[in-house]
Amino acid sequence: MADEVILLDYWPSMFGMRTRVALEEKNIKFDYREQDLFNKSPILLEMNPVHKKIPVLIHNGKPVCESLIQVEYIDETWPGGNSFLPSDPYQRAQPKFWGDFIDKKVYGPTRLIWGAKGEEQEAGTKEFIEMLKMLESELGDKTYFGDETFGYVDIAMIGFYCWFDVLEKCGNFSIEAECPKLIAWAKRCMKRESVAKSLPDSDKITKFVPELKKKIGIE
Amino acid sequence: MASDEVKVIGAWASPFVMRPRIALNLKSVPYEFLQETFGAKSELLLKSNPVHKKIPVLIHADKPVCESNIIVEYVDETWSASGPSMLPSTPYDRAIARFWAAYIDEKWFPSLKSILKAEGEEEKKAVLAQVEEGNALLEKAFIDCSKGKPFFNGEHIGYLDIAFGCFLAWLRVTELAGGHKLIDEVKTPSLSKWAERFCNDPAVKPVMPETATLAEFAKKIFAKPPA
Repeated sequence: MADEVILLDYWPSMFGMRTRVALEEKNIKFDYREQDLFNKSPILLEMNPVHKKIPVLIHNGKPVCESLIQVEYIDETWPGGNSFLPSDPYQRAQPKFWGDFIDKKVYGPTRLIWGAKGEEQEAGTKEFIEMLKMLESELGDKTYFGDETFGYVDIAMIGFYCWFDVLEKCGNFSIEAECPKLIAWAKRCMKRESVAKSLPDSDKITKFVPELKKKIGIE
Repeated sequence: MASDEVKVIGAWASPFVMRPRIALNLKSVPYEFLQETFGAKSELLLKSNPVHKKIPVLIHADKPVCESNIIVEYVDETWSASGPSMLPSTPYDRAIARFWAAYIDEKWFPSLKSILKAEGEEEKKAVLAQVEEGNALLEKAFIDCSKGKPFFNGEHIGYLDIAFGCFLAWLRVTELAGGHKLIDEVKTPSLSKWAERFCNDPAVKPVMPETATLAEFAKKIFAKPPA
């Protein structure tokens, strides 16, 4: 019996991109269903009643919520091909730490960069650069965060890349100047079919942000 | 120097620190507990967790592991032969356990903390309602996850039991301070029985602080400076 895999998602979401990339990496066919976050669908509310957020992965009718949990679920459910996480317990703990770091420390500042002004925006920009530098330090000279294997942290972070242009414009800074190794890493990832298929063009995101600000009532 | 030495950097009152300690106890792994002084951070902590500078940190054979839930998984995987698995066997059930652990850290515990910090009746009422809503969700989650067995993880204490149970002492302190029961036989009957089983488990009892001791400590750290 074929697996039924549905993804409730929102095209600009860097979190949704994680799940898209993970599914593509494993060659899993899935039904992508675009959601209107300003008018949430019954299926979204039914499948993620606690948070009412995307992405939601629905596998044979059963929902899995939270993007990094979905990435791990995909890795465990479809173990063929590249593993996103190493098998050694200590080696597994490191990517999980960095995935958690990205969620707790990298995402927040991005909202200040495109959503705030003046001192708040500056503070967000400063924080974001600091966090990116920590990530870059962790990457070092490796091909991917997973070393030779494109894995969990690469998947966790790559969705932010299509947001870099708009963040640079809003915050008036150059990510390449601050973190050249990270940009080189991102370009390597973009060469992967799974990533190229899953990320929207940067200019689509750049055009989208002013519209988003209007929608949520920010000047 | 023993190559397999296990150390936990932490503090007795921290619920997050309790998580790796319970996990190590469940796997019968001896460890050295290095207590941080409240208000100061040791050299070892800063060296072992330079990114967050927070406790707990597990150091195994001189290699640090940070973030309490990640440490619990690490302990489970490293000493897999020393005790039952702390996570369910199917990927779906594991995803559910991880989901609720994330919910507890991101939504439930911040609400619980807000009760102790709330000023005025209106604010208190609002945060209390949030916690009660969370408890109702967790009561249902318990019924779904435990499938009739004593713990979220089934027969034995596991990842989600630890993720939630570590907060029980602070929950009791909050109940005392507010004069309001949060987990009880009427509102959350399954959780109420689970809480008792959890707190009485030999892996948990030695690391769960006494409510009275914790209440004294809470008074100290939440004390408002003199006007």
